[in-house]
Amino acid sequence: MDFVGIQQEFAHAPATERHTHNRWEPYVDNGGTSLAIAGADYVIVASDARQSNGFNINSRYDPKAFHLSNNAILATAGYAADAKRLVEVLEQNAQMYYHKHDRVMKTSAMAQMLSNTLYGRRFFPYYVFPILAGLDNEGKGALYCYDPVGNMERVVYQSFGSASALVQPFLDNVVGFKNQRGADPARLLERDQALKIAVDAFTGATERDIYTGDWLDIFIVDRNGVTHEKRELKHD
Amino acid sequence: MLAQAEHQQQSAAGFKFDNVKRNQLLTGKGFKQSTATKTGTTIVGLIYKDGVVLGADTRATADTIVADKNCEKIHYLAPNMYCCGAGTAADTEFTTNMVSSQIALHSLNTGREARVATAMTMLKHHLFRHQGYIGAALVLGGYDITGPHLYSIAPHGSTDKLPFVTMGSGSLAAMSMFESRWRPNMSRDEAVELVKDAIEAGIFNDLGSGSNVDICILTQGNVEYVRGYSRPNERVEKEQSYRFPRGTTEFYVTKTTETATAMDTSA
Repeated sequence: MDFVGIQQEFAHAPATERHTHNRWEPYVDNGGTSLAIAGADYVIVASDARQSNGFNINSRYDPKAFHLSNNAILATAGYAADAKRLVEVLEQNAQMYYHKHDRVMKTSAMAQMLSNTLYGRRFFPYYVFPILAGLDNEGKGALYCYDPVGNMERVVYQSFGSASALVQPFLDNVVGFKNQRGADPARLLERDQALKIAVDAFTGATERDIYTGDWLDIFIVDRNGVTHEKRELKHD
Repeated sequence: MLAQAEHQQQSAAGFKFDNVKRNQLLTGKGFKQSTATKTGTTIVGLIYKDGVVLGADTRATADTIVADKNCEKIHYLAPNMYCCGAGTAADTEFTTNMVSSQIALHSLNTGREARVATAMTMLKHHLFRHQGYIGAALVLGGYDITGPHLYSIAPHGSTDKLPFVTMGSGSLAAMSMFESRWRPNMSRDEAVELVKDAIEAGIFNDLGSGSNVDICILTQGNVEYVRGYSRPNERVEKEQSYRFPRGTTEFYVTKTTETATAMDTSA
């Protein structure tokens, strides 16, 4: 099952069905966008906080990036209710792990557990596109992204959600140095650079994607812990 | 002879329906028709003491993407009439344009300024004839010999004559402002303020509407069209510049072709 394939499968599933009359619809796409960028000794995560359905705004501030107890950040996109439940399950299991092993879960362990949790619902998935951000064993920025059924990949930068088709090519260019002659594609960005790019990605996405806007949550994870910043986006 | 026949074929008035059967077959086999640009819109109008005020947002969307951040939805119909359009952008544009032409000819023939009811009748007949397939939802306002008039016209051709109307995806948000604050014989400033607030209710609470507020005030013998009466959604400045040094784009072949020879003018 390829990564892009399942994303499209979910996005179009309810609308293309012929008999939608009284059928049970377990999934809603609540819109919104998340992105993350990894650096040499930090990760930055940014998510807008608008939660919407159709042409309506359910909430102008309903965060979809979650600060987990092991100082990892889980940024999401897709169905908000499933994202909230997924965080509950993750946190419960992380606590069980802590009591059993007397250790806080490492990012890599949390990453694998998230994959297992998602695949555990292979035939009734959480309709969520998660990005897990933290520091690895060497203190480097670690980013894991997933499809809704648990396919996992460690990446340097990623964007998911309603404006991902706008944001990802931008990140490919300025973070991945794609289509830039002579640039070193393996170079990692400095933190202030990554922050500026994350903010510009969202002000740009807010201009052109109707589901992205209102407020921006920014988390930065480094050796000192996690910092959170809330910025205003346009409300139209 | 052949050229004349072709010309006659091309200038035949109205729509062509040649591909309807083919497209139905294709749709039945699961082919997805391409979608037209919609102005998922907030448009409003109200009558006040001395005339009519029309209002519109300026966002045009193509599905979930904003296609135009500052489009014009208040269309010119006649010197004393303007018409807000919601729905399929092309349909509102062409329908108002066509009726505008007819009204101009009508004025020339009668030697009088056309009445708002005349334009309304032309619009509704055109829309009804096409059974809702012309996706234009309109708010028509004007001031004629009989005074101020305001109509809403639905895509199927039904019309309402009311003291305040709203249309488009933001119509509920806008109507909430009208229902709570509209009263008869409002002053000009009150009316304009209410129209602005009604459009802004749509801009902020309806995802299909956004950007700026356009306003048009029609009074006896006068029209005031204010583009960008309110601009509550200016883009913030970017954090950094994204200008790349010359030569950043990869190239594999360089070839120079001489296209002109310089003339020696020194002698």
